[in-house]
Amino acid sequence: MSMNQQGRPTGIENSTNGSCEGAALLPMEPLLFEIGATDHSGVDLPDVELNSSRLGAYERQSPLDLPGLTEPEAMRHYVRLSRLNYSIDAGLYPLGSCTMKHNPRLNEKMARLPGFADVHPLQPVSSVQGAIGVISELGEWLMALTNTSAVAMSPKAGAHGELCGMMAIHAAHTANGQAHRTIVLVPESAHGTNPATAAFLGYKVKPIPANSDGTVDVRAVEEALSSDVAAIMLTNPNTCGLFEPDVKKIADAVHKAGAYFYCDGANFNAIMGVARPGDLGIDAMHINLHKTFSTPHGGGGPGAGPVVLSQALAPFAPVPFVRKNGQELELVEHAQGSQSLGRLTAFHGQMGMFTRALTYMLSHGGDGLTQAANDAVLNANYLKTRLETVFSMPFGAQHCMHEVLCDDDFLKGTGVTTLDFAKAMIDEGYHPMTMYFPLVVHGAMLIEPTESESLKALDAFADTMLELAGAAKAGERERFTSAPRKAPMRRLDETGAARSPKLKWVKPD
Amino acid sequence: MRYLPHSEADRAKMLATIGVKSTQELFDVIPDALKIKEPLDLPATSPEYAVEAHMQALAGKNHTGGDGPFFVGAGAYRHHVPASVDHLIQRSEWLTAYTPYQPEISQGTLQMLFEFQTQVAHLTGMEVANASMYDGSTAAAEAILMARRITRRQKIIVSGGLHPQYRDVLKTYLTRDEGLVCRPPNRQGTARIIDEVDETVAAILVQTPDFFGHLHDIEALANAAHEKGALLIVVVTEILALGIIEAPGAFGADIVVGEGQSLGNPLGFGGPYVGLMATRQKFIRQMPGRLCGETLDAQGKRGFVLTLSTREQHIRREKATSNICTNAGLCALAFSIHLSLLGELGLKKLARINHANACKLADALENVPGVSVLNKTFFNEFTIRLNTRAAPVVQALADRGIMAGVPVSRLLPDEGELSDLIVLAATELTSDEDIAALVSTLTEELS
Ligand SMILES: Cc1ncc(COP(=O)(O)O)c(C=O)c1O
Repeated sequence: MSMNQQGRPTGIENSTNGSCEGAALLPMEPLLFEIGATDHSGVDLPDVELNSSRLGAYERQSPLDLPGLTEPEAMRHYVRLSRLNYSIDAGLYPLGSCTMKHNPRLNEKMARLPGFADVHPLQPVSSVQGAIGVISELGEWLMALTNTSAVAMSPKAGAHGELCGMMAIHAAHTANGQAHRTIVLVPESAHGTNPATAAFLGYKVKPIPANSDGTVDVRAVEEALSSDVAAIMLTNPNTCGLFEPDVKKIADAVHKAGAYFYCDGANFNAIMGVARPGDLGIDAMHINLHKTFSTPHGGGGPGAGPVVLSQALAPFAPVPFVRKNGQELELVEHAQGSQSLGRLTAFHGQMGMFTRALTYMLSHGGDGLTQAANDAVLNANYLKTRLETVFSMPFGAQHCMHEVLCDDDFLKGTGVTTLDFAKAMIDEGYHPMTMYFPLVVHGAMLIEPTESESLKALDAFADTMLELAGAAKAGERERFTSAPRKAPMRRLDETGAARSPKLKWVKPD
Repeated sequence: MRYLPHSEADRAKMLATIGVKSTQELFDVIPDALKIKEPLDLPATSPEYAVEAHMQALAGKNHTGGDGPFFVGAGAYRHHVPASVDHLIQRSEWLTAYTPYQPEISQGTLQMLFEFQTQVAHLTGMEVANASMYDGSTAAAEAILMARRITRRQKIIVSGGLHPQYRDVLKTYLTRDEGLVCRPPNRQGTARIIDEVDETVAAILVQTPDFFGHLHDIEALANAAHEKGALLIVVVTEILALGIIEAPGAFGADIVVGEGQSLGNPLGFGGPYVGLMATRQKFIRQMPGRLCGETLDAQGKRGFVLTLSTREQHIRREKATSNICTNAGLCALAFSIHLSLLGELGLKKLARINHANACKLADALENVPGVSVLNKTFFNEFTIRLNTRAAPVVQALADRGIMAGVPVSRLLPDEGELSDLIVLAATELTSDEDIAALVSTLTEELS
């Protein structure tokens, strides 16, 4: 080995112990309960005397057993843990149906203005006109983009929005003497929250089969409709990434049968500024602000799921809602004396998400939002074109919308499953696509690049996907079944976790 | 547009690869009649500084908690959040990750959730907690549905001390049946719901500290419920209280739900917050929401995964325990970081300071002519009765820069006999000067 004048080695010796897995920068981190101590604290607080306590007989006697960390310890713990996560900021996140687009930091900055972050939901309305103004403005944008006449802002996420819309439908039927309608039609390709929501409200779910091209069969809908049907819950663009071309026909048939059209708007990103759900005949549709309007997913939430409503359902909207009275904005907080379905949550909804979503909309403008939808669809079709020679696409004859659906037919005979393929993507540095959803195709792989990806990023992703598919076909089964090997963890035993659930840390004896 | 990476040349190249002339062609499947013909009547793309100015103007119209004395509580509390909490939750890896469906590259979120579940279990004195719900009010609604699944009974008795908006949420969730019995609001906190428990009751639901601030004898309620085979659900809207009052689990509660906003999360005009839910191990299969569990990887290393998902909508569809999907992940992270910074030591101190400040506030208000304090017990919040209607007084004080609390009539407009009540909270941010300002201004307004 050569040395420089200080006697320092200048070359690299041949490594003898195999591959470097980056472990030096990714140490495994013990649990908070293993590093913290009950006599450590990262918050300095004065000791106060309690001259007289008003706690009666209820003062705490049982141990808390909550370890503390000083600030430097806490920084280490949470920074180290964070490095074990994949994130959009670090790479393409092709989770179909989840719309993992870029989360602008201006949104974060605006949400943290004290005028939004440090106001209480029950301050006098006169003291929070700007906050109510945000709700009102965002509502206007949503109604303009969907051509609807009312919007319920309080639902906390998409599934909560579904509950809101279906409750409005139930309230409308009850008001119209149609409470006997107990069936809700749900296409087989629907997201799990749709049937779960319908069942939550006591409805019987009747599945609607898909056509061979991945869209909903209008004839099947017409046949299923009857005077017992309360609503259809239809996703459009649907979960196969396809626009339902017969959506208007379906809406008309549903209305003719005296039922309502609930639209799952999770995929609104594909058509915002291109087509308006109100023109498609919907009666209620939730919009996931955490998908289409870029509020961060935060490792599972929070979200926000405002629901736009048709004129027929508007009177049944939940409280609270904003009413204009000249220059003043009022909050209507009580349902008494109206047809409102009632209250879905304490306070006024996910305000922090509203400020972010409004910031995002103002940044884009109407033209920018349309361009975003166009780019989202362009990106998905570009990936589709690049992948379709190798990947099997059950509904591939047509252009897709914002996401492209593959099945596992191309893996037949390779011994590699969709799950194995996904785990091998991790070793190539990618978060896998959505797997095994929708249920209507075997071994589904649902890829949604979003508009945030550059051409270079898309090409790099396509190259990797094609290389992996080639490797699977070339018989490199082991590379897939043993994946991931370069992640912080090897494959985790999910069956074992469910068999004997360990849901909290227990002090070792 | 600064968030869209393609140049026109990129787009042209991609269209050529796809083999279409324009993006419009990709939308051909949408019938023409359904497409937007003219550009929408919306503003155009805006630079950052212009957006900022717009949002600043809106923010500027609000009176913030820091602008003057502040005593508003009633389910959301103004606490100090350490700077490191907000710094950490804005790290890309926390902020911009999805639900941890691929555990091998989501161990950060998963381990944090495991720690969060443990913290919530310890705080509430329960055996297990889930990975969060939307907020306290929806968690309460899910708890009564869970109690029905467990007991296969229908009747739920709700105490009159439950936050009125929580009560309204329960009513909305259960529009379809008569099984929900809500006791009238009880300002003195003395109503005996124990006498109403019988063999048809699935659960009694009680809030402590209640909406009016009173603390309740959870043990007596638990015993009464259990004697008839019913469950006890305890709601805690000020989770910090559990730093100094006894854990509901220690008294025999079966399900504890709470609002976790007080730790780590700003007031934010009502959301997003974080719903807490904890229960007994034997009920976990009836629990809604995500659960994180410990397991091993293929090389025997400890790791964490989402588990028992056969309860959930994405597996069980219409047979799921709930329709919840997205929860309150990042708010749970903020909660967990703040609680681990506090630790047992800090949590107890913080709770003591809150209680001490509330005691000072109560003592000071007791001396204002025309004011009486209703509570014998409270944590950091209590109810006062005025010799006049409360809402105009609260408005007058607000107009003078003092946020004096919540007039009960705002939440219970139909309860005429409660229209003279105000619910006020003190926290560690309440100063002696704030209290003095409230006392002198209130004295003036009432005379
Ligand atoms: C098609 C579809 N519908 C509904 C939902 C539920 O939305 P949320 O998770 O916000 O409750 C999702 C998101 O996961 C979805 O992809």
